[in-house]
Amino acid sequence: MTQQAAATQGTGPSFGIRGVTVRFGAHAALADVTLDVPAGQVTAVVGGDGAGKTTLLRVLAGALAPDAGEVRRPPATRTGYLSASSGTYPDLTVEENLAFSAAGYGVPMARAREKSREYLERTGLDRARRRLAANLSGGMRQKLGVIRAMVHEPALLVLDEPTTGVDPVSRADLWWLIARAAAAGAAVVLTTTYLDEAERAASVLVLDGGRALARGTPDEIVSAVPGTVLTSPERLRGPVARRAWRHAATWRVWIPPGADAPSSVAGEITRPDLQDAVIVAALARELGGPHD
Amino acid sequence: MTEALAQSIGATRLFGRVAAVDDVDLQVAPGEVVGLLGANGAGKTTLIRMLLGLLRPSGGEVRLFGRLPSIDTRRRLGYVPQGLGLYDDLTPAENMSFADAAFGIEKDGGHGGGHGRRGDDSGGGRDGDAGALPPGLGPMSKIATGRLPLGVQRRVAFAQALAHGPDLLVLDEPTSGVDPLARARLWEIISDTAAAGVGVLVTTHHMDEAAECDRLVVMAEGRVVAEGQVAEIVGDAQVTVVETADWTAAFDAVERAGAAAALVGRTVRVPGASPSDVRRMLGDLEAKVNAAPATLEERFLQLTLSASS
Repeated sequence: MTQQAAATQGTGPSFGIRGVTVRFGAHAALADVTLDVPAGQVTAVVGGDGAGKTTLLRVLAGALAPDAGEVRRPPATRTGYLSASSGTYPDLTVEENLAFSAAGYGVPMARAREKSREYLERTGLDRARRRLAANLSGGMRQKLGVIRAMVHEPALLVLDEPTTGVDPVSRADLWWLIARAAAAGAAVVLTTTYLDEAERAASVLVLDGGRALARGTPDEIVSAVPGTVLTSPERLRGPVARRAWRHAATWRVWIPPGADAPSSVAGEITRPDLQDAVIVAALARELGGPHD
Repeated sequence: MTEALAQSIGATRLFGRVAAVDDVDLQVAPGEVVGLLGANGAGKTTLIRMLLGLLRPSGGEVRLFGRLPSIDTRRRLGYVPQGLGLYDDLTPAENMSFADAAFGIEKDGGHGGGHGRRGDDSGGGRDGDAGALPPGLGPMSKIATGRLPLGVQRRVAFAQALAHGPDLLVLDEPTSGVDPLARARLWEIISDTAAAGVGVLVTTHHMDEAAECDRLVVMAEGRVVAEGQVAEIVGDAQVTVVETADWTAAFDAVERAGAAAALVGRTVRVPGASPSDVRRMLGDLEAKVNAAPATLEERFLQLTLSASS
């Protein structure tokens, strides 16, 4: 069995956090959050603006010490980190960015060059290798940022919103890099606000207001949805509208466990998808209903 | 037949010798949500700039409300740019009054001003909301907009774009960065707006969002390469799916064979090769290899890559 295969089957090193709390003044950016980040797979952290995603990744990358809880991570030299704000040096060229990073991590020159060439060619950045990072398009800059974070073949790769604001072609290239790192045995953890993207991860943590709303494989999260989800062709009115949302040009409504579907709702029982599951979890919290 | 709110007829725009938009026909009818998909450089922004009257076509024609774009047509248009176009250091209320003043909307009368609303407007419940701050803002209406959560900022930007009762709403990446519930709520506003008779043209990079549109127009290399509903665009396009206990071995084998592999969970999807080809690439690896319908994103990538080669 290859080393990578062993890693995907759970015998490789596993990183993560346990019971982590981070406070900024009186505000808990993370409250008692646990996440495993196994080697050889992609773990996604989803949630909106202010959910605590960036704080969690900073803790995992070793950039921020938690107020409480445990962090398991490799030494800094074996970690790769793309922060949400800056992943590249704007006044260095693409090549210089990568050489500078590799040197910082003590990667032998030849090895760094070989890896850089493979990643740049596969993601269409090789044509821009002499361009300043400041002059790259958003998608190109994100690709460069991810390559920079993985050129030293880290054991843990931490990517904060690598695909936000990029177009689908760059997104496909970014996901190729992400898969490449996981295939080489890295534990990859990334944040995203898009659930079609989270569905590509082997496991998902849903954060809301610094707390874990749901966790597991996308299938597990869907199976754990409490109550029933109905699909209605029409917009729902009245009190039930608070538990309804738009989904692919139809309307979904959540009936909590033990509640009866209002007679006004002529909906069909639907197997929820990950997007529905996350919305139900958020509604359950917002409306004070049952949740885990 | 209803008059198209926005229309391009064989519109072309050259920058030097490069055609950023090349012979594009596009229409947005009242009450319709049209999604414009395209990679960066596909020509979406140039097309929208022509439709907004910010850029003249080099060839063909662009019509807004049946006429050439002008200051008058601008008044019947609501636009939310990707950067939202709000003043970060003004409160939502101040942002709204600033925009109202620019459009000549009086405070007490909903929308008044010189331009008024057109007679054939189907109106519905829209007018009651127009000109108002989004509901449920509470104390947030007194905080500088730049300090509000992104989902709230986006709702303020929508309210501002709708305040003057436009007939056409143009949205550039309207839900970027917000959580799923906030995104669903923004799409409720878009759908209500369309139900009240407004035409909506929306660009997006996200296929979840594309499914909310009545109709999609896919651009690549300046041209329209596909058009219709999601199912029509995907058609019978297929990809090969590999399920195996050792996905990394499958991923490596497919890549070594020169095909493009994509990781989804622990399965590997191969868009450009048949199941029998992929089976050969895998050698003696134990795996289930089957064809499966392509997703919209996979079909989109196919269309984009074949247009550029």
